[in-house]
Amino acid sequence: MEVSHMKNVNLIPQKNSFLRKVYKQRYLLIMVIPGVIFMLVFNLYPVYFAQIGFKEYNVTMGTNLSLAHWVGLSYIKEFLNSPDFSNVMINTIGISFFKLLVGFPIPIIFALLLNEIKQSKFKKFIQTVTYLPHFLSWIIVAGIMLIWLADSGLLTKALYHMHIVDDTSNMLANANYFWAISVISELWKEFGWNSIIYLAAIAGIDMELFEAARIDGAGKFRQIWNITLPSIAPTVVLMLILSISGLFGSNFDQIFVLRNAVNAPASNVIDIYVYQQSFMYNRFDYATAVGLFRSLVSAILLVGANAFARRSTGNSIF
Amino acid sequence: MTFKKSRETTGETIFDVVNILIMILLLLSVAYPIWYILVYSFDDAIDASKAAFMLFPRKFTLYNYNIVFKDKAIFHAFAITVLRTVVGTVSSVFFTAMVSYGLSKKYLIGRKIYMGIGIVTLVFSAGMIPSYFVIKSLHLLNSFWVYIIPGLFSFYNALIFISFFKGLPDSIEESAQIDGANEFTIFLRIIIPLSMPVIATIALFNGVGQYNDYFTYVLYITDNESLRTMQNYLYQIIQANTALAMMKNVPAEMMAQNKTSAESLKYASMVVTCVPIVIVYPFLQKYFIKGVLIGSVKG
Repeated sequence: MEVSHMKNVNLIPQKNSFLRKVYKQRYLLIMVIPGVIFMLVFNLYPVYFAQIGFKEYNVTMGTNLSLAHWVGLSYIKEFLNSPDFSNVMINTIGISFFKLLVGFPIPIIFALLLNEIKQSKFKKFIQTVTYLPHFLSWIIVAGIMLIWLADSGLLTKALYHMHIVDDTSNMLANANYFWAISVISELWKEFGWNSIIYLAAIAGIDMELFEAARIDGAGKFRQIWNITLPSIAPTVVLMLILSISGLFGSNFDQIFVLRNAVNAPASNVIDIYVYQQSFMYNRFDYATAVGLFRSLVSAILLVGANAFARRSTGNSIF
Repeated sequence: MTFKKSRETTGETIFDVVNILIMILLLLSVAYPIWYILVYSFDDAIDASKAAFMLFPRKFTLYNYNIVFKDKAIFHAFAITVLRTVVGTVSSVFFTAMVSYGLSKKYLIGRKIYMGIGIVTLVFSAGMIPSYFVIKSLHLLNSFWVYIIPGLFSFYNALIFISFFKGLPDSIEESAQIDGANEFTIFLRIIIPLSMPVIATIALFNGVGQYNDYFTYVLYITDNESLRTMQNYLYQIIQANTALAMMKNVPAEMMAQNKTSAESLKYASMVVTCVPIVIVYPFLQKYFIKGVLIGSVKG
């Protein structure tokens, strides 16, 4: 007579195989569920508050959103029709575009040149020094810039003597210079760091290809053009997609510390606009709507760029 | 047959020389601004303000640092920074790794759903204001924990961990499971020690992020100056108000002799703020580099 099945009667679920599976991996689930809860709280829960973008809200309501009445898309419409709209869009896209135009090729060129340095100790030294600005906070970099670009600051005077600027007044108090300042300072800070991935890609190219080309009489530039560039093309395309998908955002940390009332016409990017409308003008509802617009455009850019890459090169992020 | 390296052509030699010159130029343009802050901070205030171009402090002095260190607020800010960096990094790396370990197991119930949620979080975010309200409703405003809790889990880092864990051989875990260990024990005793390279890299990126962050304070802390970090304190100094406040620590006779200036104090404060990173950084360079590469390889 079989009695073994009578031993653990109530403790382990027998009949329901799903519950049994859950029980078997209970520790794993305990490890994972907090992460899922985290994402639900910090990524899904905010969507509940996104409704502020469609309701008339004021600060006295606190977090009790039922007090606010529905106004639908009126804030989005207000934004699209406001005089701020073109200014914000031009600044956001303009700054990002120039950062892409200037800041994208330079790390690649730098990686190509650095790869040709034969003295390995010197090469390592260059890497150490050029990667360093990436690790400084924008507060520190802005601190240097605020002093050097000030009235009669070191850089201001130098640029004046080189006839690049008209006078020695504070360059950050001039809306005309802001885009250039933003682009160049970010380039200075990140070109070394951004070159790492290209350097690694170049290092992976088979050396025999170069030797063969040399024997065939190919000069340095020919080698770079015909061997190096095509070999790192997948990496370049991937990085380009990532950069384009971020076109609608901006380097908030940088612009926040460099902007002021005078250069505002040139520094008013969408993230700054959202911040100002909410925390300075107390228009939380309007700001949320603008923020949602921004998130939507960014998401479309990311998904679109990713799909385009997958279709054209076979490489993509997801 | 092996290829022998032929002698360099003239064209190649010119290229090498020009290349080296370009590199030196780049080195100078990167290093000089940083070097300049250092030199200025160690130089006598009047002398520094007159000099246009400096390679070394002309009148070396520690006086600027003397005043900076007399400031109690800076020590407090430093303590907050260190605390948030250590607590935040350790908790975030452990939490993310733990969740990732579970997500790396194909037999996890609901795995596809969790991964799907994660991908969505990478693509779409509700925005600054909704996040602000979440933090507010969780009572994290004006609290130290706002530096820690919102940073506990990063799906981006999770993907890196998952990819790494998947690459570990099953045999180690299987033999541990036969011995009766549950997944959590396996994670603690076996997986973590095996994952030290990845953990170190992610911890470094997290740590630098914690150390350099200034916006969390600006956005979420309005009523509690004691939670200021070094970056926020430096921000206030640079905007001159706090530099002048620091100068209150300067005795009257010294003020008369112009022994220091708001400018010099700003520079000295900058150096103090970035010294920890600059010192630690060269030793950890290979981990940073590896981190960039790991992030680009998705499993």
